[in-house]
Amino acid sequence: MKRYSAFAIAREAFRHHTGWERAWRSPQPKAEYDVVIVGAGGHGLATAYYLAKNHGITNVAVVEKGWLGGGNTGRNTTIIRSNYLQPSSMAIFEKSRGLYEDLSQDLNYNIMFSPRGVMMLAQTEHELRAWKRTAHANRIAGIESEMVTPQQIQEMIPIIQTAGPRYPVLGGLWQARGGSARHDAVAWGYARAASNMGVDIIQQCEVIGVDRDASGVTGIQTTKGAIRTKKLCIVVAGNSGVLADMAGFKLPVESVALQALVSEPIKPALDCVVMANTVHGYMSQSDKGEMVIGGGADSFNNYTQRGSFHHLEETVRALIETFPMVSRLKMLRHWGGIVDMTGDRSPIIGTTPVPGVFINCGWGTGGFKAIPGSGWATAEMLADGAPRALAAPFALDRFTQGRMIDESVAAAVAH
Amino acid sequence: MLRLTCPVCGATGEETEFHAGGEAHLKRFGPGSTDEDFRDYLFQRQNPRGVHFERWRHQYGCGKWFHVARCTQTLEVFGSYTAQTSTVPDHIQSAIKARRPDWEPAQ
Repeated sequence: MKRYSAFAIAREAFRHHTGWERAWRSPQPKAEYDVVIVGAGGHGLATAYYLAKNHGITNVAVVEKGWLGGGNTGRNTTIIRSNYLQPSSMAIFEKSRGLYEDLSQDLNYNIMFSPRGVMMLAQTEHELRAWKRTAHANRIAGIESEMVTPQQIQEMIPIIQTAGPRYPVLGGLWQARGGSARHDAVAWGYARAASNMGVDIIQQCEVIGVDRDASGVTGIQTTKGAIRTKKLCIVVAGNSGVLADMAGFKLPVESVALQALVSEPIKPALDCVVMANTVHGYMSQSDKGEMVIGGGADSFNNYTQRGSFHHLEETVRALIETFPMVSRLKMLRHWGGIVDMTGDRSPIIGTTPVPGVFINCGWGTGGFKAIPGSGWATAEMLADGAPRALAAPFALDRFTQGRMIDESVAAAVAH
Repeated sequence: MLRLTCPVCGATGEETEFHAGGEAHLKRFGPGSTDEDFRDYLFQRQNPRGVHFERWRHQYGCGKWFHVARCTQTLEVFGSYTAQTSTVPDHIQSAIKARRPDWEPAQ
């Protein structure tokens, strides 16, 4: 792999850009791998990368039914933050945010990490109290976040209207080192770096069956033939239920559609990420100038990657009160992704009832921010055969033991 | 957009008139059951990509609960039926079979 650098750009400029290589290899699957990861989204690719980099396991395949990063990795609103309430959530999300800080250097790929700050608005008294509690919890855990007043919010975000009669802004939880990154680049960067270390990324290869015998998993059947493996990791977000069904177990997961939309590009007006959880509205401005707006999830099971129009209407209607200027914007595109919601709205990383099958799912509406930390923790689990400290609290058996990670109450909505 | 028909009052409306209530025909486990049965009742779900049986409430109409058979991949509705049953009625099963010949009822 040729390294990307300022020198490389200059070199290629002199030879009409004829020397750039493909970013990753597109091999045919081998007959057997040490580890097979299903799903080449951010979490799957990060897992492969850290397996190779941290644990020296490079005989790894990542199989993907569509194209790399074409699911929720390419459909989210790219918010990165770690100001959660529960210790186990704070640990993995802060690990993740920390890895994002120097991920561009680590991968030699510009993921455009922009720690522009995340403002979580409190628009009810309950939310205000919840954010204060979160701020204290963050301080104890060593995560930098702080409460800010409506006056401070008005100064930081001039386009906001804090005195709205229905959704007044009563305060906010500010995480200065939160922000956003380019979602495609995160997937491409991990893919390029993992491929360079020997990981085979096999696209347009759908898993159609899981082979197992009495001792556990023995391989998978795909549209490109059979692949043998003793370790299978399912990282397929919205399709987790379908893959779990093939492997022969059930999950506490339901798949629903979550939507987002972007406006026409305008001049810089918003230099941080704003989250309004009471009304299920999230907004930030992309480098192109588009307002990127995330909405709420549908309430019924859905695999269509299209959401209900009335949810968008509700999101935009509420945002208009907090940001009156949004009413003058034309919306350019809107899309949906299928998110896997667990019973307690926290993710699942762990072993499964089938020996040799591991699962990483349930990130619901907040998976993008967790990609590096989730990959790190899942790689540890695949290397050892059992989760280490970062992943252990997210085990599947917490639903049997009643040991929930109760973030949805803390955040008022699911992440 | 989903359009559902309430089998109680007979009205047809679009989804904002109704409230989704999750998977249908769950067997309820309570005090005295095993941890696994209680987990299955509370959290484990079929979550199929295809035919799904679910509960809905006619929230802005007659207010009654009922059941719907629907495809989660196409949003096609095969029919709605009474909430006072723990099995899928024959006429709903044949309506699904007519559209999805490969479909088999889950155990």
